[in-house]
Amino acid sequence: MLTQYLFFFLSAVALISAVMVLLSKKPIHSVLYLTLTFFTLAGHYILLNAQFLAVVHIIVYAGAIMVLFLFTVMLLNLNIEGEFQKSTLMKFVAALAGGMIFLVLIGTLKSFDVSIVSNPEMTQIGLVKNLGKTLYSEYLMPFELSSILFLSAMVGAVMLGKKDKN
Amino acid sequence: MNQDSTKISLTNRSKVVSNKKMTLLERFYLPAIFKGMFITFSHFFKKEVTIQYPEEKRKFSDIYRGLHVLKLDDEGRERCTACGLCALSCPAEAITMIAAERKEDEKDLYREEKYAAVYEINMLRCIFCGDCESACPKEAIFLTDRLVPSEYKRDKFIYGKDVLVEKKDARVDVSKRQTPEVLEFKKDKSKLHNK
Amino acid sequence: MDIHFILYKLILAAAILLLSLVIAMYATLFERKIAGFFQDRLGPNRAGTFGLLQPVADGVKLFFKEEFMPANADKVLYILGPSLTMLVALLASAVIPWGGTLMIGGHEYALQVADVNIGVLYVFAVISIGVYGVMIGGWASNNKYALMGAVRAASQMISYELAMSMSIVTIVMTSGSLSLNDIVAQQHGMNWNVFTQPIGFVVFLICAFAETNRSPFDLPECETELIGGYHTEYSSMKLGFYLFAEYINIFISSAMISSLYFGGYNFPFMNDLGLSHNMVTILGTVALFAKISFFGFVFMWVRWTLPRFRYDQLMRFGWKGLMPWAMANMILTGFFHLLFKK
Repeated sequence: MLTQYLFFFLSAVALISAVMVLLSKKPIHSVLYLTLTFFTLAGHYILLNAQFLAVVHIIVYAGAIMVLFLFTVMLLNLNIEGEFQKSTLMKFVAALAGGMIFLVLIGTLKSFDVSIVSNPEMTQIGLVKNLGKTLYSEYLMPFELSSILFLSAMVGAVMLGKKDKN
Repeated sequence: MNQDSTKISLTNRSKVVSNKKMTLLERFYLPAIFKGMFITFSHFFKKEVTIQYPEEKRKFSDIYRGLHVLKLDDEGRERCTACGLCALSCPAEAITMIAAERKEDEKDLYREEKYAAVYEINMLRCIFCGDCESACPKEAIFLTDRLVPSEYKRDKFIYGKDVLVEKKDARVDVSKRQTPEVLEFKKDKSKLHNK
Repeated sequence: MDIHFILYKLILAAAILLLSLVIAMYATLFERKIAGFFQDRLGPNRAGTFGLLQPVADGVKLFFKEEFMPANADKVLYILGPSLTMLVALLASAVIPWGGTLMIGGHEYALQVADVNIGVLYVFAVISIGVYGVMIGGWASNNKYALMGAVRAASQMISYELAMSMSIVTIVMTSGSLSLNDIVAQQHGMNWNVFTQPIGFVVFLICAFAETNRSPFDLPECETELIGGYHTEYSSMKLGFYLFAEYINIFISSAMISSLYFGGYNFPFMNDLGLSHNMVTILGTVALFAKISFFGFVFMWVRWTLPRFRYDQLMRFGWKGLMPWAMANMILTGFFHLLFKK
């Protein structure tokens, strides 16, 4: 019963803060609302008995990526007056593109067989041990490939950041 | 040119700064850090130098130059004759006075025929150099080892005769200030201030 | 989930909260006392005997000071900053095992608020969101120095978090568990991790200094360059929260160091003394607090010994000094673990 209330509470907060990301005028507020959304998502993970995912979600998204976002947004001088004007055409195109992404998402969800886990407390897949075993046996190849992707991205960033000697 | 001959070391503890390449051990900095930590830790057990002022007082020198006193002579008469030499010698111009003539019935109050009706020292101006003391031909003003207490208002720091003149029943002992050198100096008034 | 259980957890959480606050309060006094002794002074001794009432006096002073808010500050975020810092500082204490178990009336009570099976990761998460309070506060002040302090704090915390995580990862590798309770229990009988992980310990200790923004890594509030850093514009109890959170962080960091590397509530010969179960637990808690006090002292000792880093030195040290050591330590540990433990 308690988990149900928690679920509704977290979902409400998640939705409201997600909408506030779009509605708030100040970029910093948007970033902070997004962080709040991530926290509520982490809460959802905990409700699904996936503590590892929840904590990693907080560490990676809230602790690292959003901090970097905050960092850049703070240093950018984004005033309300400085907000660049969008033409009607731009707005139209943006709405179209966004709407199409939305359609695609809905289409995917419809075709996807949503299996409802009846008793999330009983599933142990979200725990560290099981997750690690799955990652390093079944999904070893994609896991290692993604790490190579990260490495190359890192090397690329260092290359870009390096001063040109000549 | 040989630079060494011009080097004067006062403490023999100065070290010439060098930018030599550090050894591997030095590059870890840990030995140096531990050395520093040991030094601070050894200070943990050293005697504190703090003097807790109102309860504990620092021992002053016998000839400490603190709050002034206007002395009375042995019969309890004011020695000051308002000659103004102290005001003249004062580098901070902290001393003012108004002279008055002694009446017949005031013989037991003032030693000389002329006396200071008003004698004020501005303690905020005073630099406690002691020139007034050495200028005084009548040995009337002395600096003592007492301190000027703190006040909240500036005008309270202008001290009049009510504070400066010593009380008959509470004499201020300045005998320790009269070291043989001082007495010798005071004998020869032609030397400095009375010239 | 009976009422009994909830009550016991509530009491334990409240006790630990209270304890952290009181310890942080008195840590301010000890910091000043110790600074005094290191500098051949006495330190505060006017409020109460040995200045024992000094923290109370400080608190009262902070409460009665003027609440100042810069004209163009972001009001909500300005208040959110110190609150968040305080909240995050207090969060980490939930997973630290403060002792063994107490047997009262046939029930076993563990002296740990939440024995999460990912305790170490939880601590990571709390550390990583610790940046927000400082950054939000610094930005919301609408002040250059505050913003610079906030940016410094954030980049410093992010940089040192990596090396810190890596040194903890080695602990996780050797103990095979992410639960702090397991990690502490495995160090039973002088099997302290510090003996097997000396490099990891040094890296962790240095990173702990950096994460708590303590000297020699106190650049975020470096008064010679940035006035007060991220809390330049803060006054009254909001400033108090920032300063207070620093001491709570020291307390929690010391507790983490003691739990991860120095056996937590374990003490030598704890099973050979022939004491009752409860007595051993209480002594263990006392031992843990002795270790915590020692590391708290080390924090202060280092602060009054070492000068502050320059900013580029700090970054270079974090990335080029500590990171390789932490990585090498991790790889070596993995190597030895494979070779000998299997």
